[in-house]
Amino acid sequence: MTDPANELVREDRVHTSLYTDPALFDAEMDRIFKNSWVWVAHASELPGPNTFKTAHVGLEPVIVTRDKAGEVHVLLNRCRHRAASVCEKKKGKASVFVCPYHGWSYAPDGALRMVPHAKGYPADFDKDEFPLLSLRTESYNGMIYATFRDDIMPLEEWLGPARKWIDLFMKQGAGFGVKALGEHKFRFPGNWKIQLENTTDAYHFPIVHKTFLDSLDEETEDVFDVLGQGGWVEDLGNGHSVMVMIPDLIDLEDNLDAPIPERFAALADELRAEGHDEALVRKVVRAVGGTGFNLNMFPNIACSMAFFRVLRPVSVDETEIQHIAIGMDGGPAPANRMRLRLHEHFQGPMGFGTPDDAEGWERVQRGAQAGQDVWIMVNRGVAAPDGVAEPGHNAGDVSSETGMRAAYRMWKRMMEA
Amino acid sequence: MSTSATITAAIGLDEAAAFIWAEGELLDRLAYKEWLPLWAGGHYVIPIDRDASDPVDALNIAYDDATMREARVKRLLSGFSMSSAPPARTVRSASRFVVEESAPGALTVRCAQILVEYKYGRTRTLAADVTYRLVRTDAGLRMAGKSILLLNSDEDLFGIGYLL
Repeated sequence: MTDPANELVREDRVHTSLYTDPALFDAEMDRIFKNSWVWVAHASELPGPNTFKTAHVGLEPVIVTRDKAGEVHVLLNRCRHRAASVCEKKKGKASVFVCPYHGWSYAPDGALRMVPHAKGYPADFDKDEFPLLSLRTESYNGMIYATFRDDIMPLEEWLGPARKWIDLFMKQGAGFGVKALGEHKFRFPGNWKIQLENTTDAYHFPIVHKTFLDSLDEETEDVFDVLGQGGWVEDLGNGHSVMVMIPDLIDLEDNLDAPIPERFAALADELRAEGHDEALVRKVVRAVGGTGFNLNMFPNIACSMAFFRVLRPVSVDETEIQHIAIGMDGGPAPANRMRLRLHEHFQGPMGFGTPDDAEGWERVQRGAQAGQDVWIMVNRGVAAPDGVAEPGHNAGDVSSETGMRAAYRMWKRMMEA
Repeated sequence: MSTSATITAAIGLDEAAAFIWAEGELLDRLAYKEWLPLWAGGHYVIPIDRDASDPVDALNIAYDDATMREARVKRLLSGFSMSSAPPARTVRSASRFVVEESAPGALTVRCAQILVEYKYGRTRTLAADVTYRLVRTDAGLRMAGKSILLLNSDEDLFGIGYLL
């Protein structure tokens, strides 16, 4: 491609064709999704030996497996014989994947085990030549990623300063560890980058989510006054960014002696009645509402306050979103129940937040049909409050579009490479 | 005539179907404030997991007690929710009624619901098995539970700005 990215992405604006041009979409799938670390699973979704889930890396369907020895593999979901998908379940247990077409069977590490009626092949047919194709797979603190590239930087380097925020995010496991509890899945008719932007967009929150805020008690509504608490957005490099909306909820192991918020008082009593000591009660109650920040990782995953947001590009104007609810692995049942109810309150196709987000993103795609040569502005922002961002990091105030600019800078770097 | 005699009278299928059709019509014309008093406790549930034993311990699309139902109706009618102002237009029908459990003054009935929505020049279909727990009160039949199991509950849906 003759370097269109340079013309289409400027520091303060991006061209409308980034949302609407099918040729650019094809180039993105090739240059970005085949050349970066793409998130595929949380470790808790593979809860033991011989477990799996299905996912996508860019447009390509994969099976994420945990083998008998506990090692994780990411395998293209395509039989090496004549291409039939070998698994159509979302998740489960399997010690073998059998192609339904001619019965070729594969081990969870991808090795081809059995070929029916093998004598129809010449004697030198070598099963070792036909495993399920395996992607390079690495993980950090339970976050499992895959890449088509054997020669890009290791995952930990790719994540860079985002690792610190992943570690902070996982504290909502309250010492039990984080566990996926279920997921909401929905599509919107719009480009994937509209959702990517939204995860670092605090500006829309009080407007789009007014009805969510109105449904909260007064104390909680104050907590969700995301523009009014001195938050910030920080560029973490490689397209990643963090948007801190509620600075008090960055580290869930801090301030454990603070008064228990009214909305968690009944839960605290229930935990005490179950016999948990006060230290654990306070730790669980502080963690139960999630963190106060969105960690947006390029290109497809966010640790968003209290859940994982996974985006999957389907076509230039179609995107699938998963909101994976998380809880405390083996934690007190009343606490996990509360997490489920809090997730349902905002997220999903009928949450008090998500449908309005989805409608907004659709409206962006519809509006982008007008003025094909007009630019999308991402120039908002003033300086971050003093002393909050890491020294040397590019940062802006909480409603700045710093995170979007960070993502588009990475987009440009990858599209020009 | 004593009230209790009325309350324990069996609920017939015709009576249940008439209630369900009337409820569907209320929802299609967004008469949510008339819908709220049709409840007598219980939950409005839209599950995801088709095998979940108890929705309280599962992630659902909706799991509303009376407080959440009221909050949801307030939100949908507020005019400040862009997915609901206006919502998609809907037309729904219910049929294929099956009695699951009958007791004095109570009936659990399951039916097929086909809903078509229209917005932005696009029509979409949502099919569901809907289970009602109906109870007789001195004010007439009331819902003590409604569970809407969408055909594609565990697949990708889309923003739904109205009540199912």
